[in-house]
Amino acid sequence: TTTGLILFFQSGRPLGAGVRLGMGLRMNRTKGDEEEYWNSSKFKAFTFDDEDDELSQLKESKRAVNSLRDFVDDDDDDDLERVSWSGEPVGSISWSIKETAGNSGSSHEGREQLKSRNSFSSYAQLPKPTSTYSLSSFFRGRTRPGSFQSLSDALSDTPAKSYAPELGRPKGEYRDYSNDWSPSDTVRRLRKGKVCSLERFRSLQDKLQLLEEAVSMHDGNVITAVLIFLKRTLSKEILFRELEVRQVALRHLIHFLKEIGDQKLLLDLFRFLDRTEELALSHYREHLNIQDPDKRKEFLKTCIGLPFSAEDSAHIQDHYTLLERQIIIEANDRHLESAGQTEIFRKHPRKASILNMPLVTTLFYSCFYHYTEAEGTFSSPVNLKKTFKIPDKQYVLTALAARAKLRAWNDVDALFTTKNWLGYTKKRAPIGFHRVVEILHKNNAPVQILQEYVNLVEDVDTKLNLATKFKCHDVVIDTCRDLKDRQQLLAYRSKVDKGSAEEEKIDALLSSSQIRWKN
Amino acid sequence: MAFPHRPDAPELPDFSMLKRLARDQLIYLLEQLPGKKDLFIEADLMSPLDRIANVSILKQHEVDKLYKVENKPALSSSEQLCFLVRPRIKNMRYIASLVNADKLAGRTRKYKVIFSPQKFYACEMVLEEEGIYGDVSCDEWAFSLLPLDVDLLSMELPEFFRDYFLEGDQCWINTVVQALHLLSTLYGPFPNCYGIGRCAKMAYELWRNLEEEEDGETKGRRPEIGHIFLLDRDVDFVTALCSQVVYEGLVDDTFRIKCGSVDFGPEVTSSDKSLKVLLNAEDKVFNEIRNEHFSNVFGFLSQKARNLQAQYDRRRGMDIKQMKNFVSQELKGLKQEHRLLSLHIGACESIMKKKTKQDFQELIKTEHALLEGFNIRESTSYIEEHIDRQVSPIESLRLMCLLSITENGDARCSLDTHYGPEHLLTFSNLRRAGLLTEQAPGDTLTAVESKVSKLVTDKAAGKITDAFSSLAKRSNFRAISKKLNLIPRVDGEYDLKVPRDMAYVFSGAYVPLSCRIIEQVLERRSWQGLDEVVRLLNCSDFAFTDMTKEDKASSESLRLILVVFLGGCTFSEISALRFLGREKGYRFIFLTTAVTNSARLMEAMSEVKA
Repeated sequence: TTTGLILFFQSGRPLGAGVRLGMGLRMNRTKGDEEEYWNSSKFKAFTFDDEDDELSQLKESKRAVNSLRDFVDDDDDDDLERVSWSGEPVGSISWSIKETAGNSGSSHEGREQLKSRNSFSSYAQLPKPTSTYSLSSFFRGRTRPGSFQSLSDALSDTPAKSYAPELGRPKGEYRDYSNDWSPSDTVRRLRKGKVCSLERFRSLQDKLQLLEEAVSMHDGNVITAVLIFLKRTLSKEILFRELEVRQVALRHLIHFLKEIGDQKLLLDLFRFLDRTEELALSHYREHLNIQDPDKRKEFLKTCIGLPFSAEDSAHIQDHYTLLERQIIIEANDRHLESAGQTEIFRKHPRKASILNMPLVTTLFYSCFYHYTEAEGTFSSPVNLKKTFKIPDKQYVLTALAARAKLRAWNDVDALFTTKNWLGYTKKRAPIGFHRVVEILHKNNAPVQILQEYVNLVEDVDTKLNLATKFKCHDVVIDTCRDLKDRQQLLAYRSKVDKGSAEEEKIDALLSSSQIRWKN
Repeated sequence: MAFPHRPDAPELPDFSMLKRLARDQLIYLLEQLPGKKDLFIEADLMSPLDRIANVSILKQHEVDKLYKVENKPALSSSEQLCFLVRPRIKNMRYIASLVNADKLAGRTRKYKVIFSPQKFYACEMVLEEEGIYGDVSCDEWAFSLLPLDVDLLSMELPEFFRDYFLEGDQCWINTVVQALHLLSTLYGPFPNCYGIGRCAKMAYELWRNLEEEEDGETKGRRPEIGHIFLLDRDVDFVTALCSQVVYEGLVDDTFRIKCGSVDFGPEVTSSDKSLKVLLNAEDKVFNEIRNEHFSNVFGFLSQKARNLQAQYDRRRGMDIKQMKNFVSQELKGLKQEHRLLSLHIGACESIMKKKTKQDFQELIKTEHALLEGFNIRESTSYIEEHIDRQVSPIESLRLMCLLSITENGDARCSLDTHYGPEHLLTFSNLRRAGLLTEQAPGDTLTAVESKVSKLVTDKAAGKITDAFSSLAKRSNFRAISKKLNLIPRVDGEYDLKVPRDMAYVFSGAYVPLSCRIIEQVLERRSWQGLDEVVRLLNCSDFAFTDMTKEDKASSESLRLILVVFLGGCTFSEISALRFLGREKGYRFIFLTTAVTNSARLMEAMSEVKA
């Protein structure tokens, strides 16, 4: 039985038939509350039948194993680590820290719980570690005849290597006031973590030589140490000028400035280097640190004129416009919701604020709460679509998900109905009806609705697959009839309920003399 | 199933010594602050610490309470505070705020900062600027090698990837070098060294310098490990970007293995609680399936379940004595196996559920098409649709990067224009790291280069070109793939049960580039004949070999190979090399800055609030 799953993972050479869809759209961010929106409404991919052979094989094994449980789980979990409520082994460090955190509120109740949960007070109960000897005693002399092989024994073939001297005194205490170190000696000492005065490198030439030595040694920590010194003792123009031709050092300085948050100097540096795009991006990055929506909006406004690439400029403008919109919508909807007069908000209270959500989430929101609004309002979906030039496909996908979630089947119907100039209506889906069906299924659409859209799928094989998967019996039966595929119809008969209308229908067809079966 | 090693395969060195060493150093450092103290631990250090010590060890060395370093005021009332942190600026700011708050309140305490694995000058600078230099004492805990398994050493430094490959900061190179130095003092020198990548070369040079300075330490020792191979992650982004389908890789992609252990939620444990499970060679069931293609795992687990059933069933016909024997000798083992078996079956089930929901089959098909370089338009539309459907931002980014690298940016990734402002910064990062390649930046770069080189002397200009080369790098994946035969020709079905090459880790569709390079170099014992590949990898100046003429190395040690991944390696690569080892009678030991996967790579490039 190498169906489904095996194929699934095997060397699937790509099949020809990919779905051709043109444009993409804005992407979702990962954020807690945003996920809430999407968890319930996310467009999900194909679902393969759970009852696939391999999985049922797996289930069988599971049953077999579980059936042994009665025999196995009778007593202690002796060789299993003791695990706390959070899943951390009791006595582990991560576990203990969580306990401290829980305790810091110092509520009485909490403490009682902790005690009963075998925490601090009961460390003594934990098994003793295998070794209780300390490293310092080890360095002092011979090890005790201990419970495990000592380090020196393990290393007996190493010629008397001792780790003690380096450890013996914190490195900070190795002070060195000698002024005679050459640049290369100095750099070497720095690499060893020794404190080493750089003050004697006063001429520009000396400073640069020191920097070159550091760079040629490759240790970034030392390069940064020298840069810190140069930054302090050179004017920024000179520093920038020299770094422009020393790219490795320059990258270290840029990273250092980012890390310590010296935004001003960083922007000066980009300006000096004429790296306008990085300058703009770096400025723009600051918005991430602004929480207040109005302040963030004002800040984004200052980004609009910056020298981004043409593409990015448009995004920045959109970002500003979107937040401006969201602030208005949020104020309005919060008011509506608390007033309690609007049905949609009463029935479906908002799970999170719409502020700072991506465009697609905003569109979903507006399709959910403001679908019927006139184009003139800021919150209407059509207005959003126009303002942000949302491609048709993205719009349809989002609107479909929102309306299907509300089970507004008429809206769904309208979404795909087009009229030609003669007034005939026609169904058309820019995303392909197979996708429509899947999304409807995800939102638990009733079979009648599903059936209608499965029928609109053009490719016969796809149609048959979807109809079978979603149990649209009529579509399967009719398609088999149209294909004059008696064998398939016969096979399908075993999948419908005994004595059901579907079975009757199949039997009627099978016994019909009108049809010229191909097999 | 779980192919055995060849009888002549060498034994692995015992790395548990590294754990003892780290623990003893920590204890020593704690004793430097005698008396009761509260210990503040950085979140990222908690799991590694858990692997080598536990609370009772800390207690024995007078640690009173444990706190996590986070941006909250400390409620500790202890007279002595000890901080165990990575050398990061934000940690220094946090410590400074605590100390300065104490000062303001007129309170005097003792403070000690233990940096792991080393201290950075930038951190000291912050302590100085904040006016607390001298108020706190600083120490280093050189804990840089955590044995996650018998053949896997992790530095647990995921930040290496972003710091070096995005920011160009070389601060961790010395840390890597210290780790290599420690290994050579414990396990002898490495007679044969190979490497590829800019960082690999720098690390190697710094390491040589260090060994020369500390001359004599490793001289005269018999080498235990015959070869060392250093490799930069950016030599092969493609492999790391692929979806994993060997069991261990799939578990990592699905549940995230953290520091060698995984949290199985209620959906796996089929109970109401989560379980933290160590995944390593000691888990007998896991050890047999970890390197297997996922499609083989079901069958194996079913077989195991049947065997187990049969063994339990044996007790039916037993008399009292036999039963007594059974209970005292076999039962415990069987119970253990039962527990593991049901966990892994649960995990498989949960993986299957998630993957079917994710449209995994089509995803894999698209990836394979990209790797093989056909149906590009279809793959592009698949990715576009993926974005439209909002499946997952990280997944979409990953696919775009894969498309862009395999197609050398020619695929006209107009997609990013539709991503919206939020990802502007991430895109800029991906381009800088070379994960998204486009045609235009190369040209811009050339312009900058020529402008700059007019300003300086020839020598400096050479250096600039150097520095730019990694930025201007164009991926030549297609040509490399042809040269190295990365897409196996398959007549008929690729039998995943009996893999014939390393491609099995990607369902027979692709041999991981990184592993192929290692294989080729080991075969030749040099880069000879690989010039064209090296050139295509943009590594002409960064591929090196170094052999010592010492003939002390035993033939056994010459079949032990330490592979160092700078910037992270994936479980798929580990499985592929384990397979290669079994084929050739080698054994590989892996040293990585961190275990990574596609999602981690993408997350490392995302821009978040400072």
